[in-house]
Amino acid sequence: MKSILLLIHTADDGGLGKAALESLTAAQQMAEGMGGLELKAGLVGGAIQPAAELLAGAGVKTILGVESDACAVSRYSTDARAFSEIVKAAGADVVVAAGTSRMARCMPGVAQRAQGAIDTHISGIEPSPDGLKARRWYYRQRMEAILTRAQAPWFLLLSPGAFVPYSGTSTAQAEVQRLELAETGSRTSVIGVEEAATGAQTIKPEAEVLLVAGAGWSKKQADGQAHLDQAETLILGFLDKAKASLGSTKSLVDQSGEGHAVLSFMSHMNQVGQTGSSPRHAKGLATCCHGEEPHVVGWRFINQRRAINLDPSCGWAQGKADVLYVADAFAVMRRVNELL
Amino acid sequence: MSGGFHIVVCGSLVPDPLQTLEPVQGPNGPGLKNEGMLPSVLDPWAGHSLFEAANLAKQVPGSKVWLVSLGPKPKLQQLMMTVAQKVPFELVVVDGNAGGFTESMEVAAALAGAINAIQGLDPSRLLLFGGCASASRDAGATMQILGEMLGIDEMFLGVDELKVQADGGLHVLERIEGGKYLASVCAGPPAMLGWATGNLPEPPNNPQVGMLNMRGIMPALQRAQAVKVGAGTLQFDAVQVPTQRRETRVVKDVPVEEIAQEIVEWLKG
Repeated sequence: MKSILLLIHTADDGGLGKAALESLTAAQQMAEGMGGLELKAGLVGGAIQPAAELLAGAGVKTILGVESDACAVSRYSTDARAFSEIVKAAGADVVVAAGTSRMARCMPGVAQRAQGAIDTHISGIEPSPDGLKARRWYYRQRMEAILTRAQAPWFLLLSPGAFVPYSGTSTAQAEVQRLELAETGSRTSVIGVEEAATGAQTIKPEAEVLLVAGAGWSKKQADGQAHLDQAETLILGFLDKAKASLGSTKSLVDQSGEGHAVLSFMSHMNQVGQTGSSPRHAKGLATCCHGEEPHVVGWRFINQRRAINLDPSCGWAQGKADVLYVADAFAVMRRVNELL
Repeated sequence: MSGGFHIVVCGSLVPDPLQTLEPVQGPNGPGLKNEGMLPSVLDPWAGHSLFEAANLAKQVPGSKVWLVSLGPKPKLQQLMMTVAQKVPFELVVVDGNAGGFTESMEVAAALAGAINAIQGLDPSRLLLFGGCASASRDAGATMQILGEMLGIDEMFLGVDELKVQADGGLHVLERIEGGKYLASVCAGPPAMLGWATGNLPEPPNNPQVGMLNMRGIMPALQRAQAVKVGAGTLQFDAVQVPTQRRETRVVKDVPVEEIAQEIVEWLKG
């Protein structure tokens, strides 16, 4: 193997986002661990110079880039074309990128155009002078594989949050080899970013704490009544005071599809588990949720886990949480919010 | 564009999520213990894309839905007993390995072969649907590779909504970071959409739809071509179930005040 190519789409200000900084760490580890391979970088965006200077400061000597208005937005046709040209020009054996939504959309197509192979959701790497191994999960985090490929180029899409972000701040003059792509037009126009239709912005990937709300919040309580308004107040209050992110179980988010009254700020985007996301928060607090396996698989990357449930033999008690509090979540969360 | 969309949905079976899955090493690489005997369901994301396809076809006259499914024939036949009752579609079967340890590119190539062989499919009206993830391999890559093989240049991933505008443009919402959406408009087909969960509930079983579908399903299964789909250039050093098991401390018969204090201490720690 001769070189590693790190592919990045720049942020709006031309700099590097957190996921890109994580991928820089991983790429540096690969290059060093594989016997000092050359690390190249490829940048695509509306502005690329600030990112190039940071990469140069990090010791990257070969930087290729495509800078244009068309590449300022996240769009498959323009991204696939720009990154493909960079991959062709760089001629690297291993291509690394952060698994942001933009890169996850285009990288498989780029790999196909380069006649390479791609592995996604990479959660760990084991570089050595003998080669590179990668770790990824299968069957929704039920089993972990260590894999390798001899095929080049080998594209690796890294799971955001799986690597420590590069923290260097030095910059250096960067000579970017700018690739000029003829304008071919795209049949897709990007309108812009929209908030989810539901009320409060409850998904915060950077939060230290994840609060998972289960279907129990919408069920009838001891007095025979459901208390959805209280549930909303308590959950939103906790999210605000603890600066937490909100997850949910499938059963709670599905209720809107069945015509039941639900929590106004909840959508399928909040779902954690088998058919939802697998977030990487440091701490998770599950409330009114039974801890069934199809939901708990989404907790794979949450190290500290606690749960509040009235059932002492729920799934959380079976080795899925560190602590299970057998208690009324309404009462506990009310007091937690007061103490916070 | 006139005459509606030709919507090809790609989706297959995955193990029922309530099953305990154990990896085993076989002659052709890793697999699941007793994989052939495990109860299966339609992959959830593929299911969402199928329901969205049927909903779109209902709204746009002249549209048609195909479901292209790669998997072992006997298991697909069993799966279709339930799936066939959900929405109308024409089934195309590729008889092969649907396991999670296969190579995305080989799967895409098998699907491309089947799609290119569909009689009457108009590529200029093609909307290629599938899941943005799966409960098996979860590469989130197969649909894009397939799209490239079919010459599609407009692709979307993590789609929750597709609306057809008055001018025929496709208004698409894709999930992006932070619980937000990226809104785009595509001038029209061909396009690939890898669906997230969308906004539609799972349709109830409809026996009439089931009977209509079954007329085509059995012949499709009989016609199915066998393909070899494997791990490609992937080499697995190890596949293991995590051994970590937490020793859960169960706190009961403790006042709310004490529990709340402990939780707050933990959060602040």
